[in-house]
Amino acid sequence: MAHESTSANPKVNYEYRRRKARDEMRGQVTSFAMMIFMTFIAFIIVIADFDKFYAFPVLLVLAAAQVVLQLYYFMHMSHKGHGTAALFLYSGALIAFVTILTFLTIVWW
Amino acid sequence: MDMNKKYTARTWPESPEKTTLEGKNKFLGFWLFLGGETVLFASLFATYLALKDKVPSNDHYLAADMFELPLVFIMTMLLLTSSLTSVYAMYHMKNHNYQKMQTWLLITVLLGLGFLCFEIYEFNHYVHEFHHTFTSSAFGSAFYTLVGFHGAHVVVGLGWFTLLLVRNAKRGLNLYNAPKFFVASLYWHFIDVVWVFIFTVVYLMGMVG
Repeated sequence: MAHESTSANPKVNYEYRRRKARDEMRGQVTSFAMMIFMTFIAFIIVIADFDKFYAFPVLLVLAAAQVVLQLYYFMHMSHKGHGTAALFLYSGALIAFVTILTFLTIVWW
Repeated sequence: MDMNKKYTARTWPESPEKTTLEGKNKFLGFWLFLGGETVLFASLFATYLALKDKVPSNDHYLAADMFELPLVFIMTMLLLTSSLTSVYAMYHMKNHNYQKMQTWLLITVLLGLGFLCFEIYEFNHYVHEFHHTFTSSAFGSAFYTLVGFHGAHVVVGLGWFTLLLVRNAKRGLNLYNAPKFFVASLYWHFIDVVWVFIFTVVYLMGMVG
C-alpha cells in the first residue's frame, strides 16, 4: 500500500520522520512555556491593579495569543491539510464575535 | 483496508489519524463540531457578559467580592499542563509507542480530574459562603451556566479518554483506534481554549472591574 512508505529507503524515511516529530515536539514545549509566561503576565496585571482601560485590552490580547498557540501548535493547525478545519473554526469564530458584540451593545440599550 | 492490521514503528504511516477514510471523515467532522462548539460557548459568554453582576438587591455578592486569584491560577495551570501532556501522548502515538501514549493520557486524565475537584470546591464555596446559587440572581444563572458547561465538557473529556484507554487496553495501536485517540485529544485542547477565555473574561476581567 502506498501510504506505508513514502521513500524508497524506509530506514531513511523512518529516521527523517523521527527527527521531524522530535523537532515538532520541541516547538510545542516552547509554545507551552510561552503560554505559561503569558498566564503569569495576565495574573500580574490583575494583582498590580491597573486601570481597566489599560488592563482589559492587554488581557484580551494575551488570551488571543494563547489561543493561537493552542490552535496552531497543540492542535496542529499549522500543518497542511487544515484548510477546511480553519474554514469551520473561523466561521464559528465570526458568529461568536457578532453574538458577543450584539449582547454587549444592545441588551441594555 | 484491514483496520486491525498490526504495525511497527517502522511501518506505521506518517499521519495515522488521516490514513483511513474513516479517520479523514472523523477529522473533518470533528472540526465542524468544534466550529459549532465555538458558537455555543460564544452565546454563553455573551449572556454572562450581559448579566454579570446583575443581582436583584444589594445584599448579593458580586464577581469581584467572590473570585480568588490563587484558585483560578491553580486551575489554569492544571488544565494548561494537561494540554501539554496530551500533546506528548500524540507525539508517542505518531511514533507508534503505545505504552508511552497510554501513560501520558493517564497523566492527562489525572490532571483533568484535579481541575474538576478544584471546580467542585469552588462552586461549593460560592454556594455556602456567598449564597451565590443558580437561582439566586441572573448573575448566578449566567455564571453557573457558562462555567458549568465548561466543567461538563471536562467531565465528558475525562470519560472519553478513560473509555478509550479501557476499551483499547489490550488491542494495541492500529489504524482503527489512532483517529479515536487523536480526535479525543483535539477535544481536550479545545476545552483548554475555552478555559483561556473563561479565566480571562470571567475571572481576571471580573476582578479588575
